[in-house]
Amino acid sequence: MSETAGKDSAARALGVAFAVAFVCALLVSTTTVLLRPVQRANIETGRIMQLVREALPDAGAKIGVGDLEAQVVELASGRIDTGIDPAVFDTETAASQPETSAEIPRDQDLARLRRRALHAPVYLVRGAGRSIETIILPVYGRGYQSILRAWLVLDGEATRVRALKVYEQGETPGVGSRVEDPEWQAEWRDRPIYDADGVLRIGVATRAGDESGPYAKFLVDGISGATRTARGIDGMVRFWLGEFGFGPFLQRVRKGEIQ
Amino acid sequence: MNVNYWRILTRPLIDDNPLTLQILGICSALAVTTSLDTALLMSLVVVCVLALGNGSVSLIRNHLPHSVRIIVQITIIASLVIVVDQVLQAYAFDLSKRLSVFVGLVITNCIVLGRAEGFAMHNGFVASVLDGIGNGLGYSLILVMVGAIREFFGKGSLLNIQILVPASQGGSFEPLHLMLLPPSAFFIIGGIIWYIRRKRPEQVEKPEFTLRPRTEESAE
Repeated sequence: MSETAGKDSAARALGVAFAVAFVCALLVSTTTVLLRPVQRANIETGRIMQLVREALPDAGAKIGVGDLEAQVVELASGRIDTGIDPAVFDTETAASQPETSAEIPRDQDLARLRRRALHAPVYLVRGAGRSIETIILPVYGRGYQSILRAWLVLDGEATRVRALKVYEQGETPGVGSRVEDPEWQAEWRDRPIYDADGVLRIGVATRAGDESGPYAKFLVDGISGATRTARGIDGMVRFWLGEFGFGPFLQRVRKGEIQ
Repeated sequence: MNVNYWRILTRPLIDDNPLTLQILGICSALAVTTSLDTALLMSLVVVCVLALGNGSVSLIRNHLPHSVRIIVQITIIASLVIVVDQVLQAYAFDLSKRLSVFVGLVITNCIVLGRAEGFAMHNGFVASVLDGIGNGLGYSLILVMVGAIREFFGKGSLLNIQILVPASQGGSFEPLHLMLLPPSAFFIIGGIIWYIRRKRPEQVEKPEFTLRPRTEESAE
């Protein structure tokens, strides 16, 4: 048993533990790094296709991948920037580089993102006569304990939300994660975005009195037990529809300036 | 030393099945067997992790200090599970979404650690890999049976191919919604265990204690 005694020394135990941990860490990180591009592409195609099918119950089945027109919008001016290929554009990278992103003014940073990219992709579905029927905006924001990512589907006039589809979240399972429930997301169907004076009113009712207030018809029910997640969604939607988000672009759509 | 490799591979299928004899891995068996395709994918994951985990533990078993063996085994198993999970997310995206956390939870599947500690720590590489595959297949066998039964009676389909037309679409088949709920997996696994033990009475466990025969005093 003398060999076993040497085998059990503290130094030996530490050595073996470190060696195994090192090899395992190497294995895990190599796989994740190698596979990440494939996973990203998967998530992307899956998302858009599923969204189109789910968000448009009437027309969804008829729309193929080819009808989806991807564009990159310069957010500040709201113009479509044809110089950037939407297939290559990566929002996350752009938002992290100082030269391709802008700091969000504190009072406008409803989604608590601090910075956002100068450009953002949008997806348009065209109807007969090339008129825009549906606008699909990728949005993201901070929830209770994770980044929420969603697709916001608007009608062709950019005055109503047709659907909100949260596709990525790490909120508390069973509580905040309910923002992914189809029942809750159905609440967003055909919500008006602006009141008669053109003020952005859409959001989530998370404060007492919201539901009986004057703007109740613009507000989606909150989720009991998940107030912070619901506020995260509220901030996210309002930020991206607002002035510092897609606001200028949507204004151009309403004026018919986007062809 | 003459090791019967064939026996190592086939023993866990029925004679020493991890699910029906050792009653391990029940949690995941309840969760992923609502349809056959998820059951098959989960089976594949468990077979891979068991084979690779057993193999790696067996390779380093002579260098592994007794005091840290469990944590080292868990580290190896956890890494393998993460790798498999990542591969699934890349190449079987939709299915991996439906399996959700249960791929990650293979780490806590008692069969995996049980085989590493119980078998791979004392046996050679080939025998350990075969034992891993065998136990994985034993688990898979039950999983696939349960998955097939639940999907067939719960949705009238197999592998998402509709076989019976449900009443809601004008057919005569009324889906058994209970089959899609976790308790049904308990019933089915229980039924399988009962059947195996009826055919192989040697698997029946001895009662932990026996009641004393009724005496005159206690009857009063």
